[in-house]
Amino acid sequence: MTTAPHSRPASNDVKGSLFSRFAAATEIDTRLLGMAGALLLIWFGFHFYGVLVRGEGFFLTPRNLWNLSVQMCSIGVMATGMVLVIVTRNIDLSVGSVLGFVGMVMGLLQVEWLPPYLGLGHPAIWIITVAVGLSLGVLIGALNGVLIAYLAIPSFIVTLGGLMAWRGAAFLMASGRTISPVDSNFALLGGGPYGSVGSTGSWIIGAVACAAIIYGLFASRANRRKHDFPQRPVWAEAFMGAFGCALVLGSVLVVDNYFWPKGIVKKYIEDNHLTVAPEDLFIAQGFAYPVLILVVVAMLMTVLMTRTRFGRYVFAIGGNPEAAALSGINVRWMTVKIYALMGMLAALSAVISSARLTSATNALGQTDELYVIAAAVIGGTSLAGGVGTIYGAVLGALVTESLRTGMVLIGFDTAVQNIVVGLVLIVAVYLDIIYRKRTK
Amino acid sequence: MNTGTPLVEMRDISIAFGGIKAVDHVTIDLYPGEVVGLLGHNGAGKSTLIKCLSGAYNADSGQVLINGNEVEIKNPRDARSQNIETIYQTLALADNLTAAGNLFLGRELVSSRGFLDESAMEAETRKIMGRLNPNFRKFNVPVSALSGGQRQSVAIARAVYFNAKILIMDEPTAALGPHETQMVSELIQELKTQGLGIFLIEHDIHNVMKLCDRASVMKNGQLVGTVNVNEVTDEDILSMIILGKKPAKAA
Repeated sequence: MTTAPHSRPASNDVKGSLFSRFAAATEIDTRLLGMAGALLLIWFGFHFYGVLVRGEGFFLTPRNLWNLSVQMCSIGVMATGMVLVIVTRNIDLSVGSVLGFVGMVMGLLQVEWLPPYLGLGHPAIWIITVAVGLSLGVLIGALNGVLIAYLAIPSFIVTLGGLMAWRGAAFLMASGRTISPVDSNFALLGGGPYGSVGSTGSWIIGAVACAAIIYGLFASRANRRKHDFPQRPVWAEAFMGAFGCALVLGSVLVVDNYFWPKGIVKKYIEDNHLTVAPEDLFIAQGFAYPVLILVVVAMLMTVLMTRTRFGRYVFAIGGNPEAAALSGINVRWMTVKIYALMGMLAALSAVISSARLTSATNALGQTDELYVIAAAVIGGTSLAGGVGTIYGAVLGALVTESLRTGMVLIGFDTAVQNIVVGLVLIVAVYLDIIYRKRTK
Repeated sequence: MNTGTPLVEMRDISIAFGGIKAVDHVTIDLYPGEVVGLLGHNGAGKSTLIKCLSGAYNADSGQVLINGNEVEIKNPRDARSQNIETIYQTLALADNLTAAGNLFLGRELVSSRGFLDESAMEAETRKIMGRLNPNFRKFNVPVSALSGGQRQSVAIARAVYFNAKILIMDEPTAALGPHETQMVSELIQELKTQGLGIFLIEHDIHNVMKLCDRASVMKNGQLVGTVNVNEVTDEDILSMIILGKKPAKAA
């Protein structure tokens, strides 16, 4: 888990159950299988609850899955950064408030500060806004990092202070007003009918992703041959390729079957002077932009964590900070960089969530820090440090968000939702402890 | 017996922690192909002194000379660039990384595009471990899953792999069984003939008599004295450690 999976040679002679041999041959992390199983359980559970109680399942519909994919993005993006923070034995409680503050600054920038100079709807507005927002996130994160690394204030305290201070600062920025509506180009980053790539775009992305999966499998095989490491059995490679492609194409099918709402189709027909009846025109949404942002962030972060020195040092610091320092790693500077990255990701989440709401509200990102930490921890990041994966955190975000939307769909109120997510967090960590004991 | 420029000279080193003088005006030296034992009770200041050489601590005063040239060692990176390698008593391994991850920690091999070259690092690790500990097979598990001796061999491999000229070993055999202790002894002899200088912190007086050319004894942060091991008995050295007095016959 702490090294790139491709360096782990398969052993073809592993004894044991069919399942453990399957896991060994394909080199899939058994924890990943467990999480995928839990996710399927949640999805089918909610769906069939709906079927039994209401006579119709709402969960496994293109509409719900598409919405789920968009709703998880903000938490998912931040969870990838939280992995680094927690792996290095720190915590960041301020992400939700940083999101709120940066969101508010970006809201004011594009609604009140820039338009007088550039004119409303100027195409540069969203670019300047995003650039300023991300830079601000980096600065706030770096400030956290400096306080933690160089002044040796515990991260819990620094970011608990940040949790309160940045929320207050967000309020003061606009005296508690809601800033709305955001720039129309900026709003696309939050998804929605126009903020998606559509049918053709989705199929192209799906095809490219499948090609990349197959290329990756061949490249890994070639690399192992070069160094005389044992190969995975061919059936396992074929299974991995087929499964990966099926997953990609399946999600393309889902987003290709969720169509624009009738009202927007009507407006589209008017705007383009078409003669089709709105009932006959089906325009597929395709992947929403925030989903693509999350996928790209997750891929970049995975490369960062598993393929670069930076990532290796993150794990080394988490495993043994003293050893990392004795190996010449500048632990303090690393901490600053990790928090700066976390700040930037919180700012990116601010872009996604304020664009999705098309407004910057005072409550933007409130309690997000808890869901972000929960996502990372449910995804297998150990609070003791040294262990964690990006894909786990993204899956963790998907699990918590699935629980939330599922409970909304079957009509649980917020109080019950909170209880359930809280219990799931505790149970997930307990299962994780058992898992670690058994694999030790 | 030692002539010419010493490989390492630590002159008049002092370091204090909150008013307590952990190392008090200590001078020691080390010649190529020589093993110098550092002895003393727990808390005598051996490890602290040596950490001023490995870059873990910065001395309050004193000089460090390598091959007669004064150098400044402010951090472990500086020490490494002077070809000083250290095997710490705690081993200083990141438990969650593999043997290769630990061996190359801070000095990873990267591809032309700047990415970690895991395969090359693992291949190199297999090579050096094949030489140091031929029975070692656990290349793909975190070092937390290794036995004490296996962990020790990873730490030793890390010090030896990068062409160290000066090796610091802080109780390298403390956690080892008799067979592994023998392997470490043989390794020390081999490295000696290659011309390395070795500082060996050791409690076992028999190992000192067997492995060291000279022994420097410390007590309460001060240097009691340095003796040629073949000119004294183990009784002499023990009395230096316990009484803090240099034997009369060894000048």
